[in-house]
Amino acid sequence: MSFFKGFAVTGKLPFKPRVTVQYPEEKKPKAERFHGRHVLNRYEDGMEKCIGCELCAGVCPARCIYVRGADNPPHDPVSPGERYGFVYEINFLRCIHCDMCVEACPTEAITESKLFEFSFVNREDAIYTKAELLVDDEGNPRQLPWEDWKPGDERNTSAWVRATSPSGAASLEGRPLWSAELGFGVRAPERGQSDPSSADYPAENDLSLREMVPGQLRAVHVSDRRPERGRSGPAEGDG
Amino acid sequence: MGLEDLQHNFLTGTLEGFVKWARAASSWGANFGLACCAMEMMAAGAASYDLARFGMEVFRASPRQADVMIVAGRVSQKMAPVLRQVYDQMVEPKWVISMGVCASTGGMFNNYAIVQGVDQIVPVDVYAPGCPPSPETLIHAILTLHQKIRTGEITRRGSGRSGAGIHLESPTSRPPRRISVS
Repeated sequence: MSFFKGFAVTGKLPFKPRVTVQYPEEKKPKAERFHGRHVLNRYEDGMEKCIGCELCAGVCPARCIYVRGADNPPHDPVSPGERYGFVYEINFLRCIHCDMCVEACPTEAITESKLFEFSFVNREDAIYTKAELLVDDEGNPRQLPWEDWKPGDERNTSAWVRATSPSGAASLEGRPLWSAELGFGVRAPERGQSDPSSADYPAENDLSLREMVPGQLRAVHVSDRRPERGRSGPAEGDG
Repeated sequence: MGLEDLQHNFLTGTLEGFVKWARAASSWGANFGLACCAMEMMAAGAASYDLARFGMEVFRASPRQADVMIVAGRVSQKMAPVLRQVYDQMVEPKWVISMGVCASTGGMFNNYAIVQGVDQIVPVDVYAPGCPPSPETLIHAILTLHQKIRTGEITRRGSGRSGAGIHLESPTSRPPRRISVS
């Protein structure tokens, strides 16, 4: 009879839930601090945040960043302060997405997005220039011809900078200690330890984790609703 | 009549489309996992991403049955002749995906032991960035390769810097929506 046991296993499978994610059409939800391709942020008034200090290039273990700073033109400054980065290049065929540049950056100029859908057919495409890394006038990253992310994905930034309790101090949890971004203002902090429902915005076409397994999340007192969109700053009275 | 503009006659043009469709729809991978990227390559072949949707579920351990070599991981100087031999043993038509930054450029291993880019040894068609690339990025690279197979020539090979001798026009004139799985 053990002959039929194998058939029994096979016969059960059609009634089990399917686990395959139909990738190009739908995507798995990404981790809160997913490291995707970099963006260069701007202040709310449109000034660039990068000051050309080259700390990111210095800390990069893969040596994939090339920065050169220059003095700001006095009548038409690019960034607040003395200097700005007038050359900024990242070779994404060397970048290992360790986020050390994000940690090193004193002005939160470089952060990582959750964009990961790109592949190159020649090496020249892989070197992103400053014009390609810099966010557009809405504050969203630019979509390059070889990138395939869908509308809505660009709002998803990695929450690494906005981590729970900056500097590791519990008293700082939920307080933004970073500067505002063009198009987004001061983004809501990631408060995953005390309030997981205030996580980052899910993209329109992502199935968020809380929609995939609502039952399990309710068991650990996590709301299965999506967080509200367009929320800036920590909400009053929760946490 | 305008017939002088035709690049192929009708019969071979249709046949060429059929051959390219067949090649793109069943491009079997050669097993060349070298490091942590191979874990993601296995994950891409497993149930949650299921490369069988693209006709790539078999990773051939024998190079003669393989079409696409996915170089997954860092290639050391000692591994380089082995990799070249496996590539030479593959039967035409053959393509190479350089998966991950270590295979593409050496990545963070900028030292004497690691080959700084596998395209010094074999012609690479598609580079997948990431350290390691997630299965989704690898599938994106695979779909890019499929599009390259479908839009390229079927016979002209081995010319120029790119592996298959296929040149997409210019990097910026490509349409942004490349993935259309049909």
